Amino acid sequence: MATKDAPVNNPMVDPATGEYRVIAPGHTFKSVTEEVSRIVLTSHTPLGWWFGFVLAGSIVGILLTALTWLFLKGVGIWAITVPVAWGFAIINFVWWIGIGHAGTLISAILLLFKQGWRNSINRFAEAMTIFAVVCAGMFPLIHVGRPWLGYWLFPYPSSMNYWPQFRSPLVWDVFAVSTYATISVVFWYIGMIPDLGTLRDRSTSRLGQFTYGLLAVGWRGSVRHWVRYETASLLLAGLATPLVLSVHSVISLDFSVALMPGWHTTIFPPYFVAGAIYSGFAMVLTLAIPIRRFYHLEDLITIRHIDNMAKVMLATGLIVAYGYSTEIFMSWYSASHWEYFMMWNRMFGPMGWSYWVLITCNIALPQLMWLRRFRVNVGLMFLMSIVVNTGMWFERFVIVATSLTRDYLPSSWGTYRATKWDYATFLGTLGLFTFLFFLFVRLLPMIPMSELRMMLPQAKVREKAEPLTEAGD
Amino acid sequence: MPLPEGVYGLMAEFDSPTQLVHAARAAHSAGYRRMDCYTPYPVEEAAAAIGFHRDEVSLVCLIGGLLGLAAMFGLETWIAVWAYPLNIAGRPYFSWPAFVVPAYEWTILWAGLSAAFGMLALCGLPKPYHPVFNAPNFRSGASTDKFFLCLESTDPKFEAGETRSFLEAQAPISVVEVEY
Repeated sequence: MATKDAPVNNPMVDPATGEYRVIAPGHTFKSVTEEVSRIVLTSHTPLGWWFGFVLAGSIVGILLTALTWLFLKGVGIWAITVPVAWGFAIINFVWWIGIGHAGTLISAILLLFKQGWRNSINRFAEAMTIFAVVCAGMFPLIHVGRPWLGYWLFPYPSSMNYWPQFRSPLVWDVFAVSTYATISVVFWYIGMIPDLGTLRDRSTSRLGQFTYGLLAVGWRGSVRHWVRYETASLLLAGLATPLVLSVHSVISLDFSVALMPGWHTTIFPPYFVAGAIYSGFAMVLTLAIPIRRFYHLEDLITIRHIDNMAKVMLATGLIVAYGYSTEIFMSWYSASHWEYFMMWNRMFGPMGWSYWVLITCNIALPQLMWLRRFRVNVGLMFLMSIVVNTGMWFERFVIVATSLTRDYLPSSWGTYRATKWDYATFLGTLGLFTFLFFLFVRLLPMIPMSELRMMLPQAKVREKAEPLTEAGD
Repeated sequence: MPLPEGVYGLMAEFDSPTQLVHAARAAHSAGYRRMDCYTPYPVEEAAAAIGFHRDEVSLVCLIGGLLGLAAMFGLETWIAVWAYPLNIAGRPYFSWPAFVVPAYEWTILWAGLSAAFGMLALCGLPKPYHPVFNAPNFRSGASTDKFFLCLESTDPKFEAGETRSFLEAQAPISVVEVEY
């Protein structure tokens, strides 16, 4: 879409296409390298970083307190009981893992589609994936009650002569999530090796040279290595794409294989995946907007990125809206008394307010993103990202809590009120996520330098040029 | 094994990928084979110029993926049919559709790990020490903004004076000797 209303003399707009640029003009190989590596290699840590780091660290303290109390007392400190046995733990698990999915989408699917604009945001989107999976993976583990026996989930020759039951989606989930975590870390690390080499070469401190040198595994930029590296990156992207789609599909099967009204539906896998990508892009914006401001990265994370992410959110948000309307339609069309009641209860039951929060945050307000002026307004997009993340959390709340409180038999109905420990654990994972992210932006290159260099016009090999007389690009 | 001594090769530094590719092509057509280019980002043309066209990463990845598939599907079948048979709602012990999901995940897991670590292994990494790091201008440029062509002394055509004048004819910024 051409940006007709953008000022003509704006250097960030490419006059040839009328689009916002992916990278500001006038950059060289050296300048992009310096702009990214200075954040990591400086010996001066900004005061604002310390402030955020300590704040996030103290919230991690809340998480540790909540977990300690949980391990001492058991899951009874949470609000889970019959009929709502899943509660916050599963809501947060699905929410966090969904957030992670945008990172994989940006790094893998957009790579396969050759979307060059993804290059500046893919590294920290991948980091976001890993930290979100860390937060997500914790919840099922602590929800089982005895997390120190979590390894029972894996098939291993035990003295009890016991093996997992592979017809259960909950066991599938173990393999989906553990594969996802492993592949995400490997993809992230492999992608970072050339940049770690750059940091090794540019670092002036012994500690930096040693640590980055160790992590860079001796990368020297040989073109033979680059060819293999590019193949491996493409293969990993090609593998991560079906993986990310399968992970949230498998998570949705945890619900839809059950016979619970509101869960037992075939729309769940695609609609969970779309919702995951939707909330994940929202989280990328929540992170990217303050980071580009704080570290002055407006040249590398441009309005183009924010605009494009808004468009992806708009599209996935519409898929999610389609999922909601299918649920409503099917509850009527199924002619099932229980399905019909489930939908009525969702909208107008005792917890009906949560349904309307989700409709407002996920469907109504995001329609503002049809407006270009809204999409290129950084402050408003930041607010929108928070709104969508809230909405997506409520979506999982509605699916888990509202459905479980009132199932088939009125005598077994109940309600759900989260306790302070539920809230403390959830808040704590938000702190852990932020804490890990602060460490990441300080210690590792958050924008892939080698990929930025490839995007510069001078990176192309010009076949027609006279090599012997040319002075260089 | 005794440590190799002497000259590893001659290294020419260039300012642009275009110059590097032309120099590499010239070296290849002059008969040099043992050489390598070092660039701050992937330059496919340079790899083609020095005659490197095929990498085995895809094959390693395919083998890994198939092994993962076989390992998990076999494990599931063995567990469900022989090791720990359970009657789940009257389904057959060998209820293979339910085994597809973990087998699918392990195909991806093994293929991904094979692609990543296979790539490193084929590159001979980790290798913290390599002679090219001894070139005084290498570390400040190769991972930032400069392009290098190194003709190695193990090449039968390599002859210090002749090779140096060949490289200097390619209009580099500099030509330096790389020690082991």
